[in-house]
Amino acid sequence: MVGLHKSEFANPVVNWIDQRLPLFSMMKNEYSSFPTPKNFNYFWNFGALAMINLMIMVATGVFLAMHYTPNTAMAFDSVERIMRDVNYGWLLRYVHMNGASMFFIVVYIHIFRGLYYGSYKNPRELLWMLGVVILLLMMATAFMGYVLPWGQMSYWGATVITNLFSAFPVVGESIVTWLWGGFSVDNATLNRFFSLHYLLPFVIIAVVFLHVIALHITGSNNPLGIEPKGPQDTIPFHPYYTIKDSVGMCVYLTVFAILVFFAPNFLGHPDNYIPANPLATPADVVPEWYFLPYYAILRSVPNKLIGVLMLFGSIGVMFILPWLDTSPVRSARFRPIYRQLIWVFVIDCLVLGYVGAKPPQGSILLIGRVATAYYFLHYLVILPLLGKLERPLPLPESISQPVTRGGGPLPAGAAATPMEKV
Amino acid sequence: MADTAATTANTAHETGAGVPKRDFMKLLAGAGAAVGLGAIAWPLIDSMNPAQDVLAMSSTEVDLKPIVAGQAITVLWRGKPIFVRHRTAAEIKEAADVNVSELRDPQTDAARVQKGHDTWLVVVGICTHLGCVPLGNKPTDPRGEYGGWYCPCHGSQYDTSGRIRKGPAPLNLAVPDYAFENDTKIKIG
Ligand code: HEM
Ligand code: FES
Repeated sequence: MVGLHKSEFANPVVNWIDQRLPLFSMMKNEYSSFPTPKNFNYFWNFGALAMINLMIMVATGVFLAMHYTPNTAMAFDSVERIMRDVNYGWLLRYVHMNGASMFFIVVYIHIFRGLYYGSYKNPRELLWMLGVVILLLMMATAFMGYVLPWGQMSYWGATVITNLFSAFPVVGESIVTWLWGGFSVDNATLNRFFSLHYLLPFVIIAVVFLHVIALHITGSNNPLGIEPKGPQDTIPFHPYYTIKDSVGMCVYLTVFAILVFFAPNFLGHPDNYIPANPLATPADVVPEWYFLPYYAILRSVPNKLIGVLMLFGSIGVMFILPWLDTSPVRSARFRPIYRQLIWVFVIDCLVLGYVGAKPPQGSILLIGRVATAYYFLHYLVILPLLGKLERPLPLPESISQPVTRGGGPLPAGAAATPMEKV
Repeated sequence: MADTAATTANTAHETGAGVPKRDFMKLLAGAGAAVGLGAIAWPLIDSMNPAQDVLAMSSTEVDLKPIVAGQAITVLWRGKPIFVRHRTAAEIKEAADVNVSELRDPQTDAARVQKGHDTWLVVVGICTHLGCVPLGNKPTDPRGEYGGWYCPCHGSQYDTSGRIRKGPAPLNLAVPDYAFENDTKIKIG
């Protein structure tokens, strides 16, 4: 389409720009007047919170990088210098450090929202899969960031995790040497991790864009899991949800601030304040809390290769979730059995997290194995079967109905096609 | 004129033998582009492999004189810890007496030391599970049930020949390339 964009903005400068580059129209359509289901609960805050968190990470990270030195001889000291000598360096670092934890808290809740309300189902499969890609990129970014301060946990975490690739037959060793750029985790490794740690957040931003574009094609899901039927079911994003998101943001920032100012090292490991020593492994090497469930899965398998494959598989099953869950009903509110099993699954993940933090011996090892088995059972057996066996509750006719008419049963044929198409 | 020519040519392609030729040209162009991309990508990928200076720093000499029987030391070679252990007669016997077929990674003790120098065991001090450094060189360290090394990360246990005996590690501690320069000096790498 050639020709100027038709702009409706009154301000002549805005109008002039908007005709040539319709950024203002785009922002207005996608964020301001964007029709949004009117029944969101607070779970729908977490996408916006993740976006804020990402911006905080980039902002603090860029300034940290102005003082950080990616060299094995100087990295640890340069971080200590940030803490002691650089103006507000302690604040930058503590915000960045705890920001990583906050990011995972926010994103895990965001994912739980998707699981509970079936947001991964048709037509939002691709939106969901882009989310899983973002999760993977975040994990890579956080892992490499944790290596940068070059403490004992940085070094040994990097060693253990990069060694995962040595499990692959034939090419394993060459891959590990390639990842390291040497014969052990060393200066070459630290340098490339810094480079990638700087790069990946911007890749994340790009994928977040795609995620949001896909979202604005399908529209948001909502707690009822049924599509809006018309204007009576939606409200404009602004001011209604900008306000609701702001409330959530205040709570989020409060939690964040409590962590940063009162317990900045609560989620970290004290051994990371010991400079890296390639000759002495700490008594127990544990990853950051957000990786513990995956670590538990890795360690609960006695065979190295299978352990590594299960570790990757634990994220892999999330990718194909839209096809594993055979139920046409989205929201757990209308799935009496799923509504209980999803909590069993959450508890299972927490148990895995607990097990990941403990040495794998005796009963801990056994619990870890059961929890690992259940994790895969949930995705690979329960979800496919449940969709066929479970009898969903009747869905309300529309988002407005349950309020005005108490959400009575649907007329004939509703049970056969519970998830309507728009 | 040009238009007509182009149209005629097109019709010829659509109806005649010209179509497979065009397909072939497309394939050829695609394959050429793929090879070109690969040629550009390889230097980028290979730049991440160990650089020449890293490769050059690849040998270390160790003086064996100060190591008394029963003791082991750790030296650094290519950024990795190397264990050099002066074994006692009892330890050598223990290692040699093991029934090889019972081992996870079957290897005789003789295959892991150099001929005539079986008091000296030289191994890479990196657990073959996920790369931690096993304990056992310091007198205060635990050496595990088999008197060799004990890995604190996930509990792998190695014997006095550095062979895996218990725990998740799949392989014996690796033996690096090394040579005796004389009776009291070795060169690793
Ligand atoms: C997706 C967003 C990001 C995540 C999840 C993340 C995560 C982390 C983590 C976990 C650490 C270790 C903190 C510590 O223990 O000290 C770290 C350190 C670091 N990050 Fe990031 N980061 C992100 C974005 C960025 C960006 C955009 C930059 C900009 C260059 C950056 C620069 C740094 C630097 C210089 C350090 C080392 C200083 C330090 O340890 O505090 N990060 N990052
Ligand atoms: S790294 Fe030694 S047992 Fe896992």
